[in-house]
Amino acid sequence: MPFFHTVGWKQKSHGFESVFPAEIGKGRKMIKYILRRILYMLLVLFIVTTITFFLMHCIPGDPLTALVQKLPEQTKINYYAKYGLDKPVIEQYLVFLKGIFTEGTLGESIRFPGRQVLDTIQRYAGFSSEIGLVAVLIGFVVGIILGTVSAIKQNRLPDKIISIIAILGISLPVFLLASLFQYLFTVKWPLFPTLGWGTPAHKILPILCMSFSPLATYTRYMRSSVLDVINQDYITMAEAKGMSFSQVVRRHVLRNSILPSLTILGPNIADVFTGSFVIESIFAIPGLGSYYITAVNDRDFPMIIGCAMFYTGIYILSLLLVDILYVIIDPRIRLTGDSN
Amino acid sequence: MEYSEELFTIIGCDEAQGEKIGRPQTTYWKDAWRRLRQNKVAIFAMIILILIIFLSLFGSSICGYDHTKMSMDMNQTPSLKHWFGTDKLGRDLFARVFAGGRISLMIGILGALITTVFGSVYGSISAFVGGTVDAVMMRIVEIVSSIPYLIVVIMLSLMLNDSGVGSILLALCIVGWCQTARLVRGQVLQLVNSDYVIAARTLGVSNWKIITRHMIPNTMSVIIVNLTFRIPSYIFSEAFLSFVGLGISSPNTSWGMLASAGKETMLFYPYQMFFPALMIALTMLSFTLFGDGLRDALDPKLRR
Repeated sequence: MPFFHTVGWKQKSHGFESVFPAEIGKGRKMIKYILRRILYMLLVLFIVTTITFFLMHCIPGDPLTALVQKLPEQTKINYYAKYGLDKPVIEQYLVFLKGIFTEGTLGESIRFPGRQVLDTIQRYAGFSSEIGLVAVLIGFVVGIILGTVSAIKQNRLPDKIISIIAILGISLPVFLLASLFQYLFTVKWPLFPTLGWGTPAHKILPILCMSFSPLATYTRYMRSSVLDVINQDYITMAEAKGMSFSQVVRRHVLRNSILPSLTILGPNIADVFTGSFVIESIFAIPGLGSYYITAVNDRDFPMIIGCAMFYTGIYILSLLLVDILYVIIDPRIRLTGDSN
Repeated sequence: MEYSEELFTIIGCDEAQGEKIGRPQTTYWKDAWRRLRQNKVAIFAMIILILIIFLSLFGSSICGYDHTKMSMDMNQTPSLKHWFGTDKLGRDLFARVFAGGRISLMIGILGALITTVFGSVYGSISAFVGGTVDAVMMRIVEIVSSIPYLIVVIMLSLMLNDSGVGSILLALCIVGWCQTARLVRGQVLQLVNSDYVIAARTLGVSNWKIITRHMIPNTMSVIIVNLTFRIPSYIFSEAFLSFVGLGISSPNTSWGMLASAGKETMLFYPYQMFFPALMIALTMLSFTLFGDGLRDALDPKLRR
């Protein structure tokens, strides 16, 4: 209700006249909305952290099991006391919360003494994002283009070829694709290095593999929404006005049909971070994903919690970003606080 | 020849016959089936799916080998004796692939069924009751769906450390129902406010009858299509987890596990990776294509 909203705002601000009252009213609403969403995010983060913490302590074994096996009884007790693992779980949880709120620290790795959890995440997440974000970006851009082309050339040859690519991208699991690429491009035709990290050439194959499935998803989404938009009256209108075809596509079709693709961009960015560990393990990239698996296998409690919090944070943040992007692109969307 | 009046007799008009419908009646489902049958791609996908399911059920009795029995014929390439070859322990790969298929398909179908049923019930209650209940239930969905699913699945599959079907199924179901709940809630909300439901209400039709007569038939298509699209995603999740060693483990087997085992020997015996990978891709492809066809058949409005 932009009209009523504007009126209410004017009354409250004692006759202050703005040049663009509706715009400002929207800005205020936007800020309120974002603040509410951030509060929400913190709540979710807290819940996930709590669940992870208690789940973690349900896993049989703890970080010291392997270490203390052959040590004398007293040393064992001392070790457990040092990391506070001898206390009840509830108490450990409170200590953990205290650490976050008073010192802003997530603690130190137990398996690798001296490594701060935050530093580790910072370092390894960089590697993951270097390939992950590029992959999503490529997937998004290429997917949007392919989807639009496919819809414009509906039922003709380009459409059929693109549809086959899209279907393949959806039904080929990423780990199979990665194995296939690795076999083809490093063994059959040695164009790229097989494993490892360092030179730009190391990044090409992982990025290709990771961008394939988002590419297919965006293509499919884009195709169906462009087909929807293309039959609308305002497109016919624009064409009747004498706009060139490329102008119609750029100004009207793209902007109106990109929304469904944007919806899945948020979860997709997050999936790249969480799902990257398969790619990381296949190509031996020192990313956070493989580190998380190692931490879980080692029962390295502080690391597990740290990674889980990081992933959740990224996930919620990307959902929020997409919601904001949404409003910018489509002014018709109302901000009711209901994020569905 | 002349037509005289006495050649004709008046047989009269039967009152009961007058209102009879001459052609067989089409129900919604018959109509959908008719539309589906015209879609060649979807029917082809359906035949492949039936074939894969059949082979998964009876695979080892068809080829005559037990999928756990080892022999001295190790790492043999596909031949008449072993159709898909054998693995490094001399086990017949054909039997293994379809024994794995049984578990992969079971996880896919069961997982999709459980989450769809739970999500549908949850979503419909939320939309039907409305008000505060709706708000609270949707907030819960929002929180659960903000949890990155792999984090939970990895934690749970380690926690329920029995490497069986049950634990991985539980892990996948706990986070999987939110999407369906949202979808069904949206659909039911639309229905509750639709004219014919309001008309039924004003005529004094009971809640129960509205649910069975209007709600369920009209949401069924959405739910079924959703189900077909969920199955491949669960098969994928299972394969993915087993591939990194977090899902099914010995003595059970699944496509993901076979692919993972095949990857180790990929350079020397590529067929050991090829067959399970082919099965995963084929199944996911068929379910996607079949789902596309089913959506077009059940909901002509969405047809593209």
